[in-house]
Amino acid sequence: MTVVQIKDLTKRFGETTALQGIDLEIEPGEFVSLIGPSGCGKSTLLRIIGDLIEPTSGSSTVNGKPARQARIDRDYGIVFQDAVLYDWRTVAKNIALPLELARWDRRRRAAKVREMVDLVELTGFENHYPWQLSGGMQQRVSIARALSFDPALLLMDEPFGALDEMTRERMNMELLRIWEASGSTVVFVTHSISEAAFLSTRVVVMSPRPGRISGVISIDLPQPRTATTREEPHFFELVTEVREALHLGHDMERTPA
Amino acid sequence: MARLVGRRLTDWLPAVVVLVGMIGLWEGLIRVFNVQAFLLPRPSAIATTFWDTRHELWSAGWFTFQEALGGFALGSGSAILLALVLARWRILGSALMPYAIAANAIPIIAFAPITNTWFSPLNKSSKITIAAVLCFFPVLVNTLRGLTSVNPSALELMDSYAAGQLQIFRRVRIPTALPFIFTGLKVATVLAMIGAVVGEYFGGALNALGVLILTRARVFEFNEAWAGVLLACLLGIALYLAVAALERLTLRWVPSTSE
Amino acid sequence: MSAIALERPRARAVAVRRAVARATLFLLVLAGLWGLWEGYRWLWMREHWSWPFLVDDTSMPHLHKIFAALWAHARPGDVGPRLITILVKAAAFTAKEAAVGFALGAVLGFALGVVLAHFRVLQRGFLPWVVASQTVPILVVAPMVVVWLNPKLPTRFQDWGAVAVIAAYLTFFPVTINTIRGLQSADRRALELMRSYAAGNWRILWKLRVPAALPYIFAALKVSATASVVGAIIGELPSSIQDGLGGQIINYSQYYTTQPTGLWATNVIAAALGISFFLVVLIAERIVVRRAPENVA
Repeated sequence: MTVVQIKDLTKRFGETTALQGIDLEIEPGEFVSLIGPSGCGKSTLLRIIGDLIEPTSGSSTVNGKPARQARIDRDYGIVFQDAVLYDWRTVAKNIALPLELARWDRRRRAAKVREMVDLVELTGFENHYPWQLSGGMQQRVSIARALSFDPALLLMDEPFGALDEMTRERMNMELLRIWEASGSTVVFVTHSISEAAFLSTRVVVMSPRPGRISGVISIDLPQPRTATTREEPHFFELVTEVREALHLGHDMERTPA
Repeated sequence: MARLVGRRLTDWLPAVVVLVGMIGLWEGLIRVFNVQAFLLPRPSAIATTFWDTRHELWSAGWFTFQEALGGFALGSGSAILLALVLARWRILGSALMPYAIAANAIPIIAFAPITNTWFSPLNKSSKITIAAVLCFFPVLVNTLRGLTSVNPSALELMDSYAAGQLQIFRRVRIPTALPFIFTGLKVATVLAMIGAVVGEYFGGALNALGVLILTRARVFEFNEAWAGVLLACLLGIALYLAVAALERLTLRWVPSTSE
Repeated sequence: MSAIALERPRARAVAVRRAVARATLFLLVLAGLWGLWEGYRWLWMREHWSWPFLVDDTSMPHLHKIFAALWAHARPGDVGPRLITILVKAAAFTAKEAAVGFALGAVLGFALGVVLAHFRVLQRGFLPWVVASQTVPILVVAPMVVVWLNPKLPTRFQDWGAVAVIAAYLTFFPVTINTIRGLQSADRRALELMRSYAAGNWRILWKLRVPAALPYIFAALKVSATASVVGAIIGELPSSIQDGLGGQIINYSQYYTTQPTGLWATNVIAAALGISFFLVVLIAERIVVRRAPENVA
């Protein structure tokens, strides 16, 4: 069954049109990146999928359900650009937050937290407070929190945007490992071309004013991807393809039809 | 452990040095220039009187401290409750916030003679009332500011879990507001003590600290009056430190609560 | 073009609508408070409830009677000045004390804050006592301050000058605390930028630290504005200074059982004075701090 289905979706904020005529389908197990310059509405689209913003017209479903129902059923987990950890909770307690809200009992919660801490490789840091962690570690906690209740869908809004290049590449590898291990579907907002090409099975290129999809590129790099994937000629070809699609979208904006 | 004690010591040493220095200077200046004792007695004289009259002082101080404590609890408690209501119904909150801020600018202490007539002046209730009103507004304004200064992403996260208002308050708004609430409470501790003493100035029981200080000053027993002032300060500081200690216990997640 | 031409009247209409909404809200809040007061009064009087206190015309006069008392003649028999004239004069006197005390306290508080922010040792040594100084019940110390200070003041400042000093004592504290916090709040990178220009401490203070501290300082000044009025009133109370609001409060509290509206009316004027001081600082802040308001406590 299709995980995300968006049909003829439009979003206006007052006079400005943030998104226009968006159609998108995402299948189970896909890793889809939304890429585009700022103002193209990629974050807005992500939030509409998560029912954090309501569309002006058109429809968005998750797992065949209206977005609202999917949110209430906790069908997705979300990761923001900054980790949004609660300062007053330890690492373990931050990861357990959605489980507490879902009324899991204490024992089940503890077991799941241990599993998630292992998954994001933060063993030994369970009782640290957020201020005691580096930026990359904080973001890993936030990913663990998003995956803790086994959602079918993971929404990520430029999750590694604030990290340095080295940490970002390491986090990319880890994210792929987690994606494979959890078998979930990922929608990933980024403005890094190489990140999008490296991670995704499909890259959705968006252009601004009004925000729309200007191209979709399949990334047919073999799985699993490794550090050497970044050095393959085909990787560079795909990066070039994404870059050109981005510039094309940019040119479309300059010469309105 | 030893290092911790060591750090503590270097933290507090300058403050102790300043205190000893100021007291020494005060004592010395009065001895050298022979200042009239009725205005500012020597610290040693105040300390001696403080010790000699400690039983009488303590009973008066305890009486006033109870008033301050009652006012503090009543005023802060109702302010926090009202702030929760105003933060839950945002329209109400944003509509009333400017008025709460304006009310905070009213010299409430001027109402002390009126609360004294509401109750018998000898009654603790009149001082509890004025202390409560004094504590109310700073705690209200600070709590409301804290409850509404939540990181928008933290709220989005709660939305993504389809969490209800109660959950959002319990897990996000109140923890975020706690540092703000403590700021308000610390201001309120000082105000509560001042409110109680000022209330007593307009008439209070004979065994109240404010009354004791005034009557002693009126009959030129300045050593006794200053000993009373000293006790009032000590009680105010004690209440402040108690709230500050509670803050440290509660806000364990903050790297360092000291400024 | 036409779109812009259309925009302008619409923007004006929105502004007008907002102003009307705000005025309506103001009236609604006033009416609500009025209703609360009169409703409480009515219910407690009807049921003869005596908790927390007995409600009658003395303990809670009708609000309209309080405002009527402002316009009435202060003495019985329709002679002499109206109460409001007397009280406004008293408020002006208190305002003078409070304003001088405010200025004095703000300048001293700022200077102390600058010194303590620059020298960690001094901050460690003095800050706890700055905090402790605010627990001194100034009301009971005030008469001694007035007796001690008055003979030393030039004739022009006699009586009210000592009260201004008491007002300054309550004013300086928030300013000192927030000046320290504000000066230390300057962005580390901005500091490094200044270092890269080889700017000295003095230049860094005025070009970076003080501008960064301004929102904090104004937050403190707003608290201090009220504190200075409170200080002036409290200073007058025990000093037998009759010309200000403090003197009027003493005066009317003696007549409270026969003429309760007098004391209430005095408090209305005192409240108005406190709020005006606050508003003046608020307006000054709007003019001086031209950037996005920060959330500083």
